[in-house]
Amino acid sequence: MNHWIKGVSSYAADIDGLFWLVTALIGFWFIVAQGIVIYFALKYRRKEGVKAAYITGKTWRELSWVFIPVVLVVMCDGWIDVATASVWHNVKETLPTADHKVGVMGQQWAWTFSHEGPDGKLGTPDDIVTVDDLHVVVNKVIHVDLQSKDVLHSFSIPVMRFKQDTIPGRSITGWFKPTVPGVYDVQCAEICGLGHGYMAARITVQTQADYDAWMKAVAAGATALPGAPAASPAPAAAPATQVPQK
Amino acid sequence: MTSSSVHADAAPEADSHAHHAPQSFWSKYIFSVDHKIIGLQYTLTGIFMAVVGVYMSYVFRMHLANPAAHIPFYGVLSPAAYNSLVTNHGTIMIFWVAMPILLAGLGNYCIPLMIGCDDMVFPRVNRLSFQVFFLSTVLLLVGFMAPGGAFGGAWTSYPPLSAKVEYNLTPHGNVIWLLAVALEIVAFLLGGINFVTTAMNSRAKGMKMFDMPVLVWMIVIATIIFMMSVGPLVAGAVMLLLDQTLGTHFFAAQGGDPVLWQHLFWFFGHPEVYVLLLPELGVVCEIICVFSRKPLFGYKTIVYTTFMVGILSMIVWAHHQFIAGIDPRMASIFSLTTIIISIPVAVIMFAMIATLFKGSIEFKVPMLWAIGLIVEFLLGGVTGIYLGSSALDVYFHDTYFVVAHFHYTLIPLVAFGGFAIFTYYFPKVTGKMLDERLGRIHFWGSAIAFNFIFIPLFFSGLAGEHRRIYDYSGFAELTTPHMQSLRTMATHALLVMIAFQIPFVINVIKSLLKGAPAGANPWKANTLEWTADSPPPHGNWAELPEVYRGPYEYSVPGREQDYWPQNAAN
Repeated sequence: MNHWIKGVSSYAADIDGLFWLVTALIGFWFIVAQGIVIYFALKYRRKEGVKAAYITGKTWRELSWVFIPVVLVVMCDGWIDVATASVWHNVKETLPTADHKVGVMGQQWAWTFSHEGPDGKLGTPDDIVTVDDLHVVVNKVIHVDLQSKDVLHSFSIPVMRFKQDTIPGRSITGWFKPTVPGVYDVQCAEICGLGHGYMAARITVQTQADYDAWMKAVAAGATALPGAPAASPAPAAAPATQVPQK
Repeated sequence: MTSSSVHADAAPEADSHAHHAPQSFWSKYIFSVDHKIIGLQYTLTGIFMAVVGVYMSYVFRMHLANPAAHIPFYGVLSPAAYNSLVTNHGTIMIFWVAMPILLAGLGNYCIPLMIGCDDMVFPRVNRLSFQVFFLSTVLLLVGFMAPGGAFGGAWTSYPPLSAKVEYNLTPHGNVIWLLAVALEIVAFLLGGINFVTTAMNSRAKGMKMFDMPVLVWMIVIATIIFMMSVGPLVAGAVMLLLDQTLGTHFFAAQGGDPVLWQHLFWFFGHPEVYVLLLPELGVVCEIICVFSRKPLFGYKTIVYTTFMVGILSMIVWAHHQFIAGIDPRMASIFSLTTIIISIPVAVIMFAMIATLFKGSIEFKVPMLWAIGLIVEFLLGGVTGIYLGSSALDVYFHDTYFVVAHFHYTLIPLVAFGGFAIFTYYFPKVTGKMLDERLGRIHFWGSAIAFNFIFIPLFFSGLAGEHRRIYDYSGFAELTTPHMQSLRTMATHALLVMIAFQIPFVINVIKSLLKGAPAGANPWKANTLEWTADSPPPHGNWAELPEVYRGPYEYSVPGREQDYWPQNAAN
């Protein structure tokens, strides 16, 4: 799917590969079925003096016209199911060991991100907390701990092919491994009220050196929250709080 | 009265069918117990709500094409109004357009006529059903006048957003919305009882179960699916109402579970798709047979696979929740069942296509809509495979790809199917023929414009654009000129599609005033409704018909005529 959107996580290629597999299989059936409908519609137009054939489809011989294609459809379905289960297993059912952990808190209508502080642990006072501005290191497995303060939200990073609802009262762990440095969109994918469309954030994927520099800068000016300047050149869209006035 | 004695004791009204005393306007058209009038009441209410629903889509599509601009016939759209329009567009199109037109309107009008009886088994329950439905319609629209505005938490109404006023900011709108939906469901339960009972008990003399037109089977199976799946939703609605009004915690994070609602909602919500699909497939079967002069291919096979669709539709619901926080191992099971349901649907589609084989096809307007339905629905059907695949759904969930997918299933069903029904039965209902040329202009204009609305949205979704977003300016990847051009194209195509409804309106008015008289059987069809007068009188037939054969005996070898009505003795 790179034609429409970049894929910058370790499993983006798996999901995109599945996309093309499904496209090829259903594309075949789609074209065959459409072709037959249109061919029949044109070929068997009413002609004077020609009577339609009396075919009821009651015998097995006639029904085989339907059931043989259906058996082939079943085989394609099986192929898609197996491929799906394999990708799903890698993406959602397994959890590789974390290199970094990030806390994600959804609320109406902003994302709060907690990064591990200098001590390398999440949940300690030296955590670096930002709003709508997430920083991660390239080629590291990132665990995101997803929570919500109020309603359902959905933490979605399209370029990572990552999406997971956040639910009040629960803590859900997801993972991704970014592979290309850059600044990308984070969207809220579950309608969450008046400011749902404004719940935009940015994720900055950077090298270890850039990340350390960013961390130092934030730690030095601890008041530089929220939305500390990103190390990589960010596009024009402002990442900071855009919560509309009620 | 003897021939309808099967249900003579069902309602006192049954007696009045025998002698048709002149009725006042009110008792004939407003408080009628006649199944045909009730069917038309449902249909006309549905058409009115369709206009309301299309107007809503017009407003938010105009906004998306040109954010913050002044929209003609509306004004400037606020985020709160955007949410409530998106929410109510979905709610209205499913519950107040598709359901009343495809299930209630069609079922009420056609079942008694197709099985050869004079009315539903419980005519007054039927009247009550429409009255409850009408009340629910009024209630839903009143929501827009409530202080704080109409509910804006999406048609799925996920708590906690829908449960607490401090989250959704619509103190009355959310309660009114929920009550309206609950009432609407009550109405369809009342109507559904009639559909099943009537089809089982009131068939004409000589009509066996497998002599019923497939449309009747489809409506009966759809009704059974509806009745089996709706219970949990009603229970959920009551719990949500208690959460909203009394502060209980069924769906709250503390003491309850927000995800529970999603299970209850989708346990109903997915079978609901098949509730809408099946009557439409039935109509397409009828129309294809009539206009290709062929017997339906594999009639019994279609009926049996339809039952399989019904059963499978009960165990696919969690594919709406792959990323909603359910156990990932569960997702694989639901992914499997979802993809399996493509098998019986494929059987039905292939059988319909096989019916065309070696036919004598005449493209009258109803046939254009029916074939158009098959062609367009195929794209909606196959794109469902992407979303049924759990691993792909991680990416596609809640993007415009989903929006394009379900519009490619629902618009063929509701709009294409609706117009197929309308143009096919217009001669029966009014006694007048529609104009073919205006009908063809209407079909081709609408069908082509429809594709230009939703194909761009598939590509928006592929590029990662999420649904229900008021303002894309915060997302760098979505503000490019290319992404905006997709949105604009969809909006322009919508305007074209709306404009192409004008020939339809002209056609209806013109044909009502001076259309050619239709006669009883303008399409030379076999089924019983075409043996009644057009329009059929109260009681349908002076003497109820007797049935000698199945409904699809077209082009029988050795017969001079290429049709053989079910009630013809020879």
